[in-house]
Amino acid sequence: MTTTAVPATTRKDWSSDQEVRWCPGCGDYSILAAVQMLLPDLGVRRENTVFLSGIGCAARFPYYMSTYGLHSIHGRAPAIATGLATTRPDLDVWVVTGDGDALSIGGNHLIHALRRNVRMTILMFNNQIYGLTKGQYSPTSEIAKVTKSTPFGSLDTPFNPISLALGAEASFVARTHDMDRQHMQETFRRAHEHDGAAFVEVYQNCNVFNDGAFEKITGRDVRAEMLVPLVHGEPIRFGAEREKGVVQRSDGRLEIVDVAEAGEDAILVHDEHREDPGLAFALSRLAHGPYEPTAIGVFRAVERPEYGAEMARQIAATQERRGLGDLKGLLRSGATWTVA
Amino acid sequence: MTTTREPTEQHPHARHQLDRVVIRFAGDSGDGMQLTGDRFTASSALFGNDLSTFPDFPAEIRAPAGTLAGVSAFQVQIADYDILTPGDTPHVLVAMNPAALKANLGVLEKGATLVVNVDAFDERSLAKAGYASNPLSDGSLSGFTVYEVPMTSLTQQVCKEAGVKPRDAERSKNFFALGLLSWLYTRPVEPTIEWIATRFADKPLIAEANRRAYLAGLHFGETAELFEATYEVRPAHFPPGEYTQVTGNQALAWGLIAASRLSGLPLFLGSYPITPASDILHELSRRKEFGVRTFQAEDEIAGIGSAIGAAFGGALGVTTTSGPGVDLKSEALGLAVNLELPLVLVDIQRGGPSTGLPTKAEQADLLHAMYGRHGEAPLPIVAAKTPSHCFEAAIEAVRIAVKYRTPVILLSDGYLANGAEPWRLPDVDALQPIDPGFASAPNHVDEDGTPVFWPYARDPETLARPWAPPGVPGLEHRIGGLEKADGSGNVSYDPHNHERMVRLRAAKVAGIARDVAPVEVDDETGDAELLVLGWGSTYGSIVAGVRRARARGQRVASAHLVHMHPFPPNLKEVLDRYRVVLVPEMNLGQLSRLVRAEFLVDARSLTKVQGVPFRAGEIESAILSALGGDA
Ligand SMILES: Cc1ncc(C[n+]2csc(CCOP(=O)(O)OP(=O)(O)O)c2C)c(N)n1
Ligand code: SF4
Ligand SMILES: [Mg+2]
Repeated sequence: MTTTAVPATTRKDWSSDQEVRWCPGCGDYSILAAVQMLLPDLGVRRENTVFLSGIGCAARFPYYMSTYGLHSIHGRAPAIATGLATTRPDLDVWVVTGDGDALSIGGNHLIHALRRNVRMTILMFNNQIYGLTKGQYSPTSEIAKVTKSTPFGSLDTPFNPISLALGAEASFVARTHDMDRQHMQETFRRAHEHDGAAFVEVYQNCNVFNDGAFEKITGRDVRAEMLVPLVHGEPIRFGAEREKGVVQRSDGRLEIVDVAEAGEDAILVHDEHREDPGLAFALSRLAHGPYEPTAIGVFRAVERPEYGAEMARQIAATQERRGLGDLKGLLRSGATWTVA
Repeated sequence: MTTTREPTEQHPHARHQLDRVVIRFAGDSGDGMQLTGDRFTASSALFGNDLSTFPDFPAEIRAPAGTLAGVSAFQVQIADYDILTPGDTPHVLVAMNPAALKANLGVLEKGATLVVNVDAFDERSLAKAGYASNPLSDGSLSGFTVYEVPMTSLTQQVCKEAGVKPRDAERSKNFFALGLLSWLYTRPVEPTIEWIATRFADKPLIAEANRRAYLAGLHFGETAELFEATYEVRPAHFPPGEYTQVTGNQALAWGLIAASRLSGLPLFLGSYPITPASDILHELSRRKEFGVRTFQAEDEIAGIGSAIGAAFGGALGVTTTSGPGVDLKSEALGLAVNLELPLVLVDIQRGGPSTGLPTKAEQADLLHAMYGRHGEAPLPIVAAKTPSHCFEAAIEAVRIAVKYRTPVILLSDGYLANGAEPWRLPDVDALQPIDPGFASAPNHVDEDGTPVFWPYARDPETLARPWAPPGVPGLEHRIGGLEKADGSGNVSYDPHNHERMVRLRAAKVAGIARDVAPVEVDDETGDAELLVLGWGSTYGSIVAGVRRARARGQRVASAHLVHMHPFPPNLKEVLDRYRVVLVPEMNLGQLSRLVRAEFLVDARSLTKVQGVPFRAGEIESAILSALGGDA
């Protein structure tokens, strides 16, 4: 579109004039701030940036951005983004979604957008609850969760969003949380750089309907012991003194050990680019829930042909071979005859 | 019938001339009857006949062989004058097996000709078709002229010489039938020979088998001394021009490509396969040289969702489907109504409810198209009336969608989708351009004097809002499914604003009536008492039925709607002119309900829901009885 240098911007330039209407104290605020403060750093233009969303508290996000935006219907944002991203490769397409929006009603669209690898940056705010509809359990809520719709406790096994994304052939999968702006920004930056569908799960606190869901792992005083940062090319270690680490047993199982006992060489070195998603999958299941040491960061980042680019390539190759389409010729592509 | 040639030594068969003939090819689903009918049609088109086809096949790809459920038929009428339907009652039935005979005997003309593959009338096949005795020998076909031809064995014989195994050769017997009928109706031979060579170019053995079978059929007719005469149907008088043969789905796909050209908007199709709409997806997927992007989505919701995304980005967003898919798209369609983005949803109607009759035609989605969304969500509806008209109808749907920034539903049906007819090619240079009129600058001034962009500031004449795809600095805006403030487009829950917006959206769609062609009335004498009002694929049957009633001295008018919503501006005045208004539809009376509600007219409904089109004779009788004549 525009060819001149990208103008310098600040957070203010990326904020719309609309009053933000999330509950006071909601984790969504800090995610919004992280994004608005990151964008000036990305070298992108406001007019070439689009935020798309479905329905939910999280999905109100586009209204608060001063970019182009589309707040659509429940669960369908990845499908809408697919049409936009494949026809407008010049745009930066962000999808903001919730755990219900992405994994329940929109589960089908999410997995297919991921497997196709359509260029979009998906931020899924996981609060393990339906916020906007006032507190029913969601597909990421833990078993036996008591909510308005499950007064005797929920019965269903939750999804592990990272495992699900990896199973759906996602080429970029990461996790971050709303209590750490720097980690969020670093993760979003990486996701945005990725050429393909990037999936980021953001642990988000809904202080009204599911307060403290991640407190046991993201709380400032427990974080060092409970969050296991994944850094490409580095041994997977955590703890205040980085005294703990992850090893892989001969049967493939991952286990948390004392580095001192196991020896530094035994600690698994993280490799985002592994072709086989198996290890990333295992890392995504290191914890059974947000109360055990939980891996965060980029689980997987591999290169795979981007869907829209492939679509454009087929078109270009056909036009190269057949020439640009000729309407008169099209109407005469079957047998024709002339009546004098 | 005139005789154009008496038999001679050299040509032992007389040749009679017919003005029209209706032939029905019927066999097992695996017998290749659609292909046979299609080829017969193509050579007739090239020969210059007017024609109309009716492929009539089961939903199962291969229902149990030899059973009634597995019978697949292709009916074609060819004529030396302008015809509108595939014919009410076939004059000739080609029956490849007992089931095909049994399933189709009831629809034939009295005294019709039967050409049967006698090889298939063995005890097992007779039993499978439910025949207790062989109809070829028990006298039950005495009212017909029956030709028993050993098609399978003769085909196997000629193929054997080319080294084709009998089981493979058996598959070529449809070409024998094609050859025989081509001889009987003096169809040109060369085009079919050429077609076989190109179509099976990469399978030389199959090409050879088909060629031999086809020629064997021709020669059999010539030499078997079974037939007394051959027939010919002379070319019809068409207006001068260049012609091709198209099906409705093909014409519709081409219309979308043409509209993309006329508007300069890249075409994006989001679609999920469903009968009878899939062929549009197939056709557009082949046409990448036009820059067409086709996206086979994970479901119908993603099909329309992706089209909405493409439209937001400034492309021509289209989604194609049939009834069950329309159900799934309803919520997204409502979003498009609210977003006021151009979009075309194509519904190739089929028999419902639910999965219904996937391969049969019905017109029962009209009220769904009108009202099948929650809230007040009006949108324009355009309906195609013949296979070739699908081209024009597609362009019209796009024109309205783009000009008024609205989703449009384009209705076709299974009969139009698969039916073929000759089409005089339009002059594409004369087609009207469609101006997308993208927004390029702020259109409003803030309180503090800053120019701003208001996504819902409307054009005072069309009430259309600006279309501002991303990429333009200064026009950044957010839209969504929530109600928005008139003008600024910001989220608004204000009750009076909501009422204003509901009324504005409705007024915008209603106003399209000023911008569509008035409905044309065919009233030969100008003093008809009865008007037949139709829409969609009943066009051919209605016009043919009206002609017949006129031939009986009745004064009858007809009018056919293309714009189903809003109705053309002159419709009320037209309806008021006639004492009787008869509305034939392949549903339980949906258009009749709409015109009654809108115009307080005592429309009479004539309905049929058998998955097959009206016969001209049915329309004729309904006209006669409505006028109190003999029916
Ligand atoms: C078709 C449809 N069904 C149901 C709803 C109601 N609904 C709105 S948001 C929501 C759940 C949102 O949960 P989540 O995606 O987790 O977002 P959160 O509010 O927690 O951010 C539901 C069920 C809807 N808007 N549309
Ligand atoms: S309900 Fe929960 S998620 Fe929604 S805005 Fe309030 S705190 Fe945030
Ligand atoms: Mg949620």
